[in-house]
Amino acid sequence: MRHLLSPLDFTVEETEKLLTLASDIEKNRPRYAHVCDGKKLATLFFEPSTRTRLSFESAMLSLGGSVLGFSSADSSSAAKGESVADTIRVISCYADICAIRHPKEGAAFVAASKSSIPVINAGDGGHQHPTQTLTDLLTIHSLKGGIGNMTVGLCGDLKFGRTVHSLIHALVRYPNIRFVLISPPELRVPDYIKESVLDAKNVEYRETANLDDAMEELDILYMTRVQRERFFNEEDYIRMKDCYILDKEKMKLAKPDMYVLHPLPRVNEISVEVDDDPRAAYFKQAQYGVYVRMALIMTLLEVEQPC
Amino acid sequence: MLNISGIKEGVVLDHIQAGKSMDIYRHLGLGDMDCTVAIIKNAKSSKMGRKDIIKIEGSLDSLDLDVLGYIDHNITVNIIRDDKIVEKRCLKLPNRLVNVIHCKNPRCITSVEQELPHIFYLADKEKELYRCQYCDEKHS
Repeated sequence: MRHLLSPLDFTVEETEKLLTLASDIEKNRPRYAHVCDGKKLATLFFEPSTRTRLSFESAMLSLGGSVLGFSSADSSSAAKGESVADTIRVISCYADICAIRHPKEGAAFVAASKSSIPVINAGDGGHQHPTQTLTDLLTIHSLKGGIGNMTVGLCGDLKFGRTVHSLIHALVRYPNIRFVLISPPELRVPDYIKESVLDAKNVEYRETANLDDAMEELDILYMTRVQRERFFNEEDYIRMKDCYILDKEKMKLAKPDMYVLHPLPRVNEISVEVDDDPRAAYFKQAQYGVYVRMALIMTLLEVEQPC
Repeated sequence: MLNISGIKEGVVLDHIQAGKSMDIYRHLGLGDMDCTVAIIKNAKSSKMGRKDIIKIEGSLDSLDLDVLGYIDHNITVNIIRDDKIVEKRCLKLPNRLVNVIHCKNPRCITSVEQELPHIFYLADKEKELYRCQYCDEKHS
C-alpha cells in the first residue's frame, strides 16, 4: 500500500506514468466513469479549503466512487480532542482511501503511519501540498507537450510559498530546466533551497525583481499570491502585496506560446483583463487538478485501467 | 595521578570532550541504572589535551549508542571482558533519532499531539544536520 505525502514520493518514471494516465483520462473521460464503482474516498479537512476538497470530491465522483468526510475541525472529533492517529484508524474502517488536510505540519505523515488505507496529503500547514505540484506538472506537461528544456519564471512570494518550493523540487528532476526567480528582495527563495536544490543539482537560475525584463525569456510564468497570513507586520504585507501585477501590457512582452499558471486563489497579481488571453492557463490548471487527482486515486487504489 | 580501579566487565567511554561527561551521563540515563559508574573529568590526553572518561560496569545492551553517536561521534566505546578490552567501537552519526531531541517548530504536529515520538533523520552528514521527520524543520 502506498501513500502520497510529498511530491517527491513518486520517482520521475512513476510521475510520468501518472501524468500519462491523467492525460488519457482527459481525452477519454467516459471510459473512466465507473472504474471506482463501490469505492469510497474520505475527505478529512481539518481546515477549510474549497478548491482542493471539491477537486478531490469531483475526481472520485467522476470515477464512479462516492465521498464522505468533513470540511472543518469543528465538525470532526478533533474538536473533542481526538488525535489524528485515532481519527485515521476509525476512518480506515469506513473508506478505501483518504485525502487529509490539516493545519499542522506532518499531520499526513502521522495519518499514513497509522492508516490501513492509502493516505493523500491534501496540504499540511505550510509544509507539503503534493497534489498541487502534480497539478502544476500535468498542466506544464499538457500545454508544452512534455517537461524539460524550458525556462520557468516563478513570480511573487518565493520565500513563504510552499507551492513554489515544491515545484522547484519537482522540476529540477527534469532535463534542462532554467529558472528566473522574480520577487522583491524580502521574498526571495530561501538560501537552503538555492544551496541544497538548485546549486546542488547545477540548475541554472537568476534572481531579479523586475518582471518586465524577464517576460520575453519565459516558457512558463508561475504567478503566486503574497499571503497576508505569512506576515507578522501588516505594513510589510501592504508594501509588498501588489508588487507584481500581470496585465495585458506585460503579456505583450511574452512569447506567443508562454503560459501563465497560478495555484489560485488570485487577488490582484493577475489582472482580470489577462483571463481572456489564450496563454492564461490558471483556470485550465484547476481542471487539470481534477484529472491528476483521478489518476492518483486510481494509482493508489491499484485500479486497473479500462480496456 | 588519581587512580580509578578497572572494571571486569563493562564499557569504557573514552575520548569524551572535556566537560561533556555529565551531559552524556544524563542522555544515557546512567543515573537510573543500578550499575557502578565512574566519571573521570579532565584527564590528560595526548590526543585531546584534556578529556573525560566514563566507566560503566555491566552490559552494553542497556546503552543507546545512537544517542552517543549523536552527542559526540568521536567518542571511543571500549568493551571490557575479563579485565581486557575485547572490542573498540567507533561511533557514527545515527541515521534516525527517536526521542533524543525535540522539534521546536510550533507549526509541527508534535507541538499539539504530545504522545507522538519525536523522530529526526540525518539530512546532511557533512553539516551534521538533523531534520524533523514530520515537518522537516532543522534541529538547531
